[in-house]
Amino acid sequence: MKTLDRNGRHPVRFTLNGMPEEGFAEPRMLLTDFLRHEIGATGTHVACEHGVCGACTVRVGGKAVRACLMLAVQADGAEIETIEGLSEADGSFGPLQQAFHENFALQCGYCTPGFLMSLSEYLERNPDPTVEEIKVALSGNICRCTGYREIINASLDAARALRERRQQD
Amino acid sequence: MKPAPFDYVRADSVEEAVSVLAEHGDEARVLAGGQSLMPMLNMRLVRPEVLVDIGGLPELAHIEDEGDTVAVGAAVTQGDLADWPELGTALPVVAAALPHVGHFQTRNRGTVCGSICHADPSSELPLCLALLGGEVELHSAHGVRTVPADEFQRGVLTTAKEPDELAVRARLPKAQDGERFAFLEFQHRHGDFAVVAVAAKRSGDSVSLAVGGVADRPEVCRWDTLPGDAVEDALNDLAWTLGGGDDIHATARHRRQLVRHLGKRAIDATAADGAGA
Amino acid sequence: MPLHGARPVGYLRARLSPPAKSLMPDFAIPEQVRPEDSHVGRRQPRIEDRSLLRGEGGFVDDVPVKKGTLHAAFVRSPHAHAEIVAIDASAALAMPGVFAVVTGTDMAAETDPMIVGFENPIDYYGLAVDKVRYVGEPVVAVAATDRYRAEDAADLIKVTYNVLPATVDPVAACAPDAPILHPRSDSNCVSKRHFVHGDPDTAFAEAERTTDLTIRYPRNSITPMETYAVVAEASSETGGFDVLSNFQGPFSVHTVMALALRIRTAALRHRSPKNSGGSFGSKLVIFPYIVVLCVLARKARRPVKWIEDRLEHLSASSVAPNRVTKVEAAYRSDGTVTGLRLTHWDDHGAYLRAPMPAPIYRMHGVSTNGYFIRHLEVTNHIVMTNKCPTGAVRGFGGPQLYFAVERMMQRVAVLTGQDPLAVIRRNLIAADQFPYKAIAGSLLDSGDYRRTVDEAVEQGDLAALKKRRDAARAEGRLYGIGYAACVEPSQSNMGYISTVKTGLERERAGPKDGAVASVTVSVDALGSVNVIGDSVPQGQGHQTALAQIVADRLGLTPDDVVVALDTDTAKDGWSIAAGNYSCRFAPASASAAHQAATRVREKMARIAAANLNVPVAEVEFTDGKIHAANNPDNAIPFYRIGGLAHWSPSSLPDDVEPGIRETAMWNAPELTPTTAKDEINTSLAYGFGFDFCGVEVDPATGVVTVDQYVSAHDCGTILNPGLAEGQIRGSWASAYGATFLEEFRYEDDGTFRSGTFAEYLVPTAAELPEIRLVHPTPHPSPYTRLGAKGIAEGNQYTTPVCVANAVADALGVEDIELPLKPARVLAWMEADEPPPSAAVAPDGEAGEPGRPTIDGSGEMQVPAPPQQVWAMLLDPERMARIVPGCERLEAAGDNSFTGAVVLGAGPVRGRFEARIDLTDLEAPRRARLVGAADGPLGSSRGSGEFELVAQDGGTLVRYRYAVELSGKVAAVGGRMVRGAARQLIDRFLRSLIREAGGNAEPEAAGGLSGRLKRLVGGRA
Repeated sequence: MKTLDRNGRHPVRFTLNGMPEEGFAEPRMLLTDFLRHEIGATGTHVACEHGVCGACTVRVGGKAVRACLMLAVQADGAEIETIEGLSEADGSFGPLQQAFHENFALQCGYCTPGFLMSLSEYLERNPDPTVEEIKVALSGNICRCTGYREIINASLDAARALRERRQQD
Repeated sequence: MKPAPFDYVRADSVEEAVSVLAEHGDEARVLAGGQSLMPMLNMRLVRPEVLVDIGGLPELAHIEDEGDTVAVGAAVTQGDLADWPELGTALPVVAAALPHVGHFQTRNRGTVCGSICHADPSSELPLCLALLGGEVELHSAHGVRTVPADEFQRGVLTTAKEPDELAVRARLPKAQDGERFAFLEFQHRHGDFAVVAVAAKRSGDSVSLAVGGVADRPEVCRWDTLPGDAVEDALNDLAWTLGGGDDIHATARHRRQLVRHLGKRAIDATAADGAGA
Repeated sequence: MPLHGARPVGYLRARLSPPAKSLMPDFAIPEQVRPEDSHVGRRQPRIEDRSLLRGEGGFVDDVPVKKGTLHAAFVRSPHAHAEIVAIDASAALAMPGVFAVVTGTDMAAETDPMIVGFENPIDYYGLAVDKVRYVGEPVVAVAATDRYRAEDAADLIKVTYNVLPATVDPVAACAPDAPILHPRSDSNCVSKRHFVHGDPDTAFAEAERTTDLTIRYPRNSITPMETYAVVAEASSETGGFDVLSNFQGPFSVHTVMALALRIRTAALRHRSPKNSGGSFGSKLVIFPYIVVLCVLARKARRPVKWIEDRLEHLSASSVAPNRVTKVEAAYRSDGTVTGLRLTHWDDHGAYLRAPMPAPIYRMHGVSTNGYFIRHLEVTNHIVMTNKCPTGAVRGFGGPQLYFAVERMMQRVAVLTGQDPLAVIRRNLIAADQFPYKAIAGSLLDSGDYRRTVDEAVEQGDLAALKKRRDAARAEGRLYGIGYAACVEPSQSNMGYISTVKTGLERERAGPKDGAVASVTVSVDALGSVNVIGDSVPQGQGHQTALAQIVADRLGLTPDDVVVALDTDTAKDGWSIAAGNYSCRFAPASASAAHQAATRVREKMARIAAANLNVPVAEVEFTDGKIHAANNPDNAIPFYRIGGLAHWSPSSLPDDVEPGIRETAMWNAPELTPTTAKDEINTSLAYGFGFDFCGVEVDPATGVVTVDQYVSAHDCGTILNPGLAEGQIRGSWASAYGATFLEEFRYEDDGTFRSGTFAEYLVPTAAELPEIRLVHPTPHPSPYTRLGAKGIAEGNQYTTPVCVANAVADALGVEDIELPLKPARVLAWMEADEPPPSAAVAPDGEAGEPGRPTIDGSGEMQVPAPPQQVWAMLLDPERMARIVPGCERLEAAGDNSFTGAVVLGAGPVRGRFEARIDLTDLEAPRRARLVGAADGPLGSSRGSGEFELVAQDGGTLVRYRYAVELSGKVAAVGGRMVRGAARQLIDRFLRSLIREAGGNAEPEAAGGLSGRLKRLVGGRA
């Protein structure tokens, strides 16, 4: 049993996009705040803090989750992936980013990290989704700029690109 | 929107978790997946002194086929259960309901037991527990007790679980040969809490219908026999009996209409000929 | 097939959707490049994506702040209307890490009220002074070392209120007996203006027919994903403030802030970062928070940062005014509309904040939409109610106006027995009438509205849709078709808001008109091109479009152009119209960019001409080279000419200044002031949109499904089809939300209900139907440099009323109110509900529609005689044991108690300070209780009556109660408060029985199980 006192700042260590990170958090600090303000990984965005909008979606242990509904201390020891890890090793766009770019699937870009991280898990589980499946999969992410159709098309394009890549590997 | 301060305890065993609950009672809250608790913490609707995190307990992360029942441990997420290969045959109504529980991202963390203990009157999993007549196993420093579904959820966000008790697993009776199930819900958007949700079970002549989103908890109505021509009248009386009020999502009248409409479709879908599906 | 074996089926709307397609159709708007351009008109991928898609955006909260920067939180009103009796912040200020607290009293002492465009009785300071006037209103601002501690401190600040009656309906609020919000006025109608254009009286008197319709347009917003964000710091250098925020403009409001802060405008240095997470208008009225944050930072002597949270945003940031409009039409039996009367009650909530009440005036010039109607009467009531104050929302007055006008066109069609499309077509302005001066003053620049309609009908295949309708109706299904047309104004005339004033007042104030846009293009010493501008993008892709425009002028590619659109009022070129609103970019910013780039080109051409030995007129810019028009080999690289201007001023032609930096301050002469007859050309460029749709209504559930939706927009030159299509589709999504889901709900007592994204529902990918875009023949604006008009607002105008018209067609009803919640639609169908059988009595506790209260009644047997029960109820010690969660209770005078109770449901609990008064005492038979409870979770007022009847040696307690709950729990937990209240009453009564010595085992869910068993038992 490990007890973390409310008044203390406790060490939190995890890997972020494959790199070790370390910081300190009070027990009540949300993972979103820890990522953004303790580590400085501001690619993950905060928009509702009650788990509805999906903007803060990150992958923890491979699973897409709401970072606003997790405490930083719960992430201790985890493997976390965020939008900052989606590019190729040379810095060029990965398949998801490229598909969003080509389809005009973002405008203000504030919700985009959540969509990308949701899709990043979803397309691993369902590599060849139908439009209806994509719509349901994306129903936990709110975008207020686009009409979603661009995002749906980008998702289908990304799925195709990821399938092709898998075949090549 | 940030939580008020609390101490955080990462329990390494059920025993430890229970001991913390024994010490702090009502001032402690159990954190498993956090998909219900965390929004309430962020809004400061809930201000515990201590959070006991049981999400990482391996001993609670099991789905066990116990023969006639399936025991779902308190750390099993909704996503884990949805991925369980036996789910469709063992618990078909749960399999049908799970895709409506939030979104895949919340199901990735939200636990089955957490949803049951949160006791939202519109939630799908408490509805399934009620329909199936499952039970919840509660552990405390005094021992272990098992509470049947009908006695577990008592009202809005309220259960029979005492403050020093930990819900360790929920038991859901498996579908038996000849039993047929259906699940339907009405939502404004995919993944929202149901305005009205219904789950139906037919076993021989008897028909059960669980209704969520109307009364203060899911309510189950069981008819020993329910001939096809009696369904509509029975559902109408059920709709009026359940009451239900106006809120920003629907009116009482709309809810009654949905009980009649969804109830009919669900009950018809369990008929042997599958009519209405 | 059993449902559970199928794929997820629960979402009922899916039932009516067309079958899933594997892939959706391709882009709808073609690339069209004008001969003089090579990049404008192309689907240029967005430059903005490069950082945003890598998580490298620069939003306010991403920008590093100084060490020691504090964080703000607000104490907000749980009441719709109340006097502030006292504020006690001592406990908060004593908390470690808390630096400063600012109240309304401080604001009133240190700032001036924020001005609005006309004389009014409202003193608005950003924090409530003396009174609160809506739920969520900021009352106290507190600064602490982090947001968590700031919220801890806010929780410790105790505000005592005296609750007042509230008013929420804009028509009722104008009644003489309505509670008055602002005591300097004797009416909540703070402005009433009456406009007569043409001769409406005669038009109506001589009309073949007249009709009228009253519409109620709801309150909504588009709730951007990024909320308000401000960092403010006092500057001892200027005596003013340095502010970083996501304020979107118009920068006329910068003046309002500086005046309020009593500083020189130049001493208010405002910067906006490179990215903003959407706005849709909402980030205009962030400015009162900026003023408050400045005062807080000065008091704290440190920079203070505030990131608004979602609860704050939904309850208290900005909404579009809801509106009641009585629309009257004079028309002929052939459907020609000859006159229009519009009486508006525009509901602006609790305060007016500049530039409110602008939306209604922005649309004034186009009150007759795209129709040839020459007689118009308009009456505008600007009304204050106990709701969140208003601000800009995409569409800015248009959705409200066009809902009235286009519903009326549909009514005229019904009343004359014609096809609504024929009525629309008949009344549209003819192509040869452009430019057309509308009767209220708008100068409609270009278009061929009937052609646009015809192209939409043809390409959108209305004929097929009609067949679908006929087939559906033949099967007895409820199917309707709706139409809507709209004029889409863009680039607002900064003078239109003066129309709220009388001619005399305007004369005194001096003329206001125009809309200046600023873009600066510079070429540096190595020929790199840099563009800055005042468009304050909120995600629309301005960087990309400006790069296209400038690249084309200079013979470069967009990749050669660096566009920086973060703003800094201390360094940028800007004027009062700067900002992002009312579709300003395509007409104004694009024109300014074109003009600035053209000046750069002219200057570089002159330098190059001397080097190339050709006349200036023969210099051309192509592919990074500047060359002689007829001899491309006689060329010099673009960068060389840029370099020359910097490295060698002496080699420049005599009259050419060194360096290359051109700022265009672009304005259009067509934007003239309001005339003495109240005519106003409200905008510069006017596009045209036309939509039609088919909907089906499910009689079983009330669900309205959009079967097909076709939308056509002529917005002149398209700068970038990818961006333009994004604007149309985005507008469709938010308009769909306004039509079906989104509404800020207030109860009659002002209780706010839409506090979270689980209450205020916005569409997701799963709900939003496909929209079929038709690209009609464009009619470029003659008044903008590229012929471009705005395109971002069209569907805000058309979609709500197009769908409403279709529902009216499907159901044959006249009064259509949005949003189209299934419960509401079901009620319109007026199907008789089957009554319960005699065996089943309706639940007495079921709520009555429209009542804000949680009420109930019941009876219970207590095992003690009435006298004893009576004594218990009046004994504070025993009551303290009976009342669930009671921490203390003491007598506070005769039959009054005060105390502290912990109330809630399950884990949701809060400590409340409570007061209970017993009145109308008739010992030992009956009494009335009046109670109030206040705490961080909200505020509750309630009353109850009980009656004690001797029965079977004990007492039968009969009770009734009505509880009103406001504040946080009411805003976020509306689904459950009724059940929670029932639970509390139940616990109280059982506790009463136990206290009386009885045995009261709690029965789950208020005895419903018993009733259910009886229900089945009676049947089995």
